[in-house]
Amino acid sequence: MSDFAVEAIDIVRTFDKGSFRALDGVTLRVPVGQVFGLLGPNGSGKTTMIRILSTVLAPSEGRALVAGFDVVREPERVRRSIGLAGQFAAVDENLTGFENLRMIGRLNHMEKNEVVARSHELLERFSLREATNRLAKTYSGGMRRRLDLAAALVANPPILFLDEPTTGLDPQSRQDLWAIIEGLVEEGTTVLLTTQYLEEADRLAKQLVVLDHGKIIAEGTPEQLKGQLGNTVLVLTFETTSDAQRGFELTESLSSTPANLDGTVLEVTVDNGPSAAADALRRIDAAKLTLTGLQLREPSLDDVFLSLTGHRTEAVGAPAPRHRGRKGVAT
Amino acid sequence: MTDAAATLSRGTSLRWALNDVLTLARRNLMALVRIPTSLVFAIIQPVMFVLLFRYVFAGSINVGGGEYVNFLIPGILVQTTIFGAIGTAIGLAEDLQRGLIERFKALPMARMAVLGGRTLADTARNIIVLATITLVGFAVGFRPHGGVVAYLQASLLMLTFAYCLSWGFAFVGLAAPNSETAQAMTFPLIFPLTFASNIFVRTNMMPPWLKAFANNQPVSQTAEAVRGLMLGTPHGNATWLSLIWAVGALALLAPLAVSRFRKAA
Repeated sequence: MSDFAVEAIDIVRTFDKGSFRALDGVTLRVPVGQVFGLLGPNGSGKTTMIRILSTVLAPSEGRALVAGFDVVREPERVRRSIGLAGQFAAVDENLTGFENLRMIGRLNHMEKNEVVARSHELLERFSLREATNRLAKTYSGGMRRRLDLAAALVANPPILFLDEPTTGLDPQSRQDLWAIIEGLVEEGTTVLLTTQYLEEADRLAKQLVVLDHGKIIAEGTPEQLKGQLGNTVLVLTFETTSDAQRGFELTESLSSTPANLDGTVLEVTVDNGPSAAADALRRIDAAKLTLTGLQLREPSLDDVFLSLTGHRTEAVGAPAPRHRGRKGVAT
Repeated sequence: MTDAAATLSRGTSLRWALNDVLTLARRNLMALVRIPTSLVFAIIQPVMFVLLFRYVFAGSINVGGGEYVNFLIPGILVQTTIFGAIGTAIGLAEDLQRGLIERFKALPMARMAVLGGRTLADTARNIIVLATITLVGFAVGFRPHGGVVAYLQASLLMLTFAYCLSWGFAFVGLAAPNSETAQAMTFPLIFPLTFASNIFVRTNMMPPWLKAFANNQPVSQTAEAVRGLMLGTPHGNATWLSLIWAVGALALLAPLAVSRFRKAA
């Protein structure tokens, strides 16, 4: 077996009789035993990729090996090697936490005693012991996610696919889930996760690819990507749009990536936040422009996109192909 | 690298397929216990029909010889078992909507277990409902004279018929964008089949075109057979026609549902 837990080569997936290319020649190599991040906005093809690798959907072109098995020719063997936690916590609301895990264990063809022991172990580990015999419909969003992740882990798979594991979670639940994922990787699990959050990819992933419209537009370590981008975003709010336009021209030399001007708000991505801010303020003051706001923040996925593609993520209102209108999205 | 899956015998994989079907059937039946409204709804609605036709309409309906209640109850039983297929569609649409089908598809389980488990559970629910409505029928004066064996034969016939038909509703559930739409889509299919039939009335007062449809459609054939068996009256070859319809429906609808299942999620 190769050193890669997942090896996907030139994956193409079309929908609507070929008129829409959700994935357009994506190649991924996920090394064993680490977290690999697929970063991208809604509709970029992340979920389609996860579905192909977990044998839910067949690729239109290309070849993918998971745990050394071909997803099209040996789906059964792939399924024995993976755990999948999809975008929407897919737990049965009318079963208790324990019953959910027991069902998944039985469908993985584990022996009865083993399933019971493993289910209790996971409930304990994910702080769901108190909720063992409560119906999943009474769970909070964070609890559902943890139960969903536990379900993916019942059969102890070496490879885990997590599709936007923290979308819709509050900050505390997100931190909890991150800690759980880090724990799994320490034990040797390979994790392929998709996310819309640069912060999440930065915290968890050793390697990243950035997807846009079904194509890889960047890859590397989080450091490389952020280095490419600059470390800080300087946000300047002017009193008038003409002042902002003038500010745009004055600060152009501060950054290697194009600044973004939106009305009276100017965003400049810089390498050294404090000194660049001081520099910008001196220039603005000298030109007698009026500032109404000043802020330094971490770059977001949106900033990565702007610098890589020259356009924003279009995350809001972008079509998410073949996503059924699902209710019950964890909140 | 050795792989246990590669050496699995045919018998073992069949045993696991059965395990998968039963695991999911059990899960679906648990929902009946957990959402009592679903079972109550499944029982209350036919009871209302029994009361409505037995006491409100009975006086105005002429079915020729015999008590109307004896004509009515076998019809209601057939209608109720067929209405059970609405649950098949809604259940699958919900599973799809909640991402459960996607999860099942990524598990090393038998592919047909999702549909097999669902239709099996819905048949089990139909048995419960059928037994309950039979008791209610007795309470309102239903007196079948066909004997116990014929009664069981009739029950088996309508359960088989409803089971085969439910594969078509499995297709509807998997094709619908959500469970509300799935429910709405079942209505125009179920309504003509159950009401443009001999379930509540004899067809001889219907306009000729409707009568032609009502006499020959599969639900009427099934109701005719069930009524004949339960009451011990002649019913020609209705049993065989009903069975032929059932097998034909299964042969046509099951591949449709399976193919839709492969594409779903």
